[in-house]
Amino acid sequence: MSEANENERHNALSVRGLTYSFPGEPTLFEALDFDIKQGEFVSVLAASGMGKTTLFRLVAGLLFPQSGTIAVGESQDSAAAASKLGKVGYMPQRDALMPWRTVLDNAALGLEIGGTTRREARRRVLELLPEMGLAGTEYKYPDELSGGMRQRVSFLRSLLGGGELLLLDEPFSALDAMTRVSMQEWLLQVWEQHRKTILFITHDADEALLLSDRVLVAAKSPVSILKEIEVTLPRPRTYETVMNENFIGLKRELLGHFEWDGGNSKGRSL
Amino acid sequence: MKSSLAKSTPVLVFVLLLAAIWEAGTTFFDIPHYIIPKLSDVLLSIWDNGRLLGKHFAVTLGEALLGLGISAVFGTLAAVWIESSGLAKKTIYPLIVASQTIPIIALSPIMVMWFGYEIGSKVAVVILFTFFPIAVNTADGFRAADPDIGELMRTMGAGKRQLFLKWKIPSALPGFFTGLKMAAAISVGGATLGEWLGGESGLGMYTKRSSNLLRGEAVFSGVLLLSLMGIVLFLSVQWAERAILAPRRSLKNKDSQCERGKLL
Repeated sequence: MSEANENERHNALSVRGLTYSFPGEPTLFEALDFDIKQGEFVSVLAASGMGKTTLFRLVAGLLFPQSGTIAVGESQDSAAAASKLGKVGYMPQRDALMPWRTVLDNAALGLEIGGTTRREARRRVLELLPEMGLAGTEYKYPDELSGGMRQRVSFLRSLLGGGELLLLDEPFSALDAMTRVSMQEWLLQVWEQHRKTILFITHDADEALLLSDRVLVAAKSPVSILKEIEVTLPRPRTYETVMNENFIGLKRELLGHFEWDGGNSKGRSL
Repeated sequence: MKSSLAKSTPVLVFVLLLAAIWEAGTTFFDIPHYIIPKLSDVLLSIWDNGRLLGKHFAVTLGEALLGLGISAVFGTLAAVWIESSGLAKKTIYPLIVASQTIPIIALSPIMVMWFGYEIGSKVAVVILFTFFPIAVNTADGFRAADPDIGELMRTMGAGKRQLFLKWKIPSALPGFFTGLKMAAAISVGGATLGEWLGGESGLGMYTKRSSNLLRGEAVFSGVLLLSLMGIVLFLSVQWAERAILAPRRSLKNKDSQCERGKLL
């Protein structure tokens, strides 16, 4: 994508001066600014306990910032949390599938809540199942599926339920290593087809670099600056990319952003 | 169906064995009929008094079902109330849990004072027995609803009504059925107790009157029929539960479910 084109794209998410802390706890974010452009895949990389999930809950509209604005989409003026609910596709860490619904009805949940008729919602899910690698599972229940398959359903649910922006909260962290690799490749493939804007949280540097256009690093708490690394690796990428020399270089740069403290403080390792 | 029959074979054989021991033991040791009557005499007594017992059976079953139905409605409403009001959760719920330690039998005579000797007092005693398990288990079911699902639905823009219908209610169904099964099993006991306190008909009244007359085989025939009623009520609820909840359980869980069902 050319530079000119890059600048023309709208911001899918625009965060300005975000400050947040839970009552009686140290501040998590202080005057934080960042933007995400439409169609971009951006990862936020941070150690545990830095407030990654809190950031997502703020963006999704589940929490209110103490100060600052979070604007989703083009409507820069409206910063009310209530208006964000229903605009962002949130994929939680645990798949949170309803055990009493089939794959078909789980994936259709967001559409249903948005007011689409059940019949129409099911039709749209059925259409997408094959390319999600879920063909033939429509009438299965979640506990008949493997962890990877459940995450695919969860992703499809977010894809159909939300607007342009998808928030993925460490979706593969609970999967075993082999499954995780195949899910990363799967996500790359699906994303190249749909080109939704994705904000992806992870504590895995490889994962962040493999998937993203940009990686934002939250190095120290409270988070007020996100250091940025542009991932220039060509697409389409596969897991082979991880072995690439450029990749190793980027990874070295990325890890250089973390301030190591000898491991004696609360800073858990990556 | 075939496999469920195969699974219940051991217990059926065991019941037959117990019946044989009963019959042989009472005959061999020549136990007086007012202590333990012979099983064959009990069955004969049921056969001889079929019409009368049928009438009493229907009365007791009616009381149990009516009380159970009212408890199911109001127990569920109480659970909904507890779930939807923070104040009720803090005040009513602990009270309902604590009230389970009250010996309900001690309260039962009051029901006669309030509702008289007609069917009203019997139904009231059944409600005393069955309301709490339904209310508490359904409320627990609401509480056990996965908060991640609720949060996800909120990010999708779900309102209170949608959260309740699509998240809370399906989550509470297993708890509701657990409560209803417990209630079904003890509802017959409630109806029996209600009849003991005073009444003209029903199997509870029949066993008590027969016991006063030292007619062992009549007492035991009443007890047998009451047990049968309790088992049938319980199994009906369990059947409904499986019909409604079975699809959400995977095949591998279905086996353990049967195991549990057999224990009860």
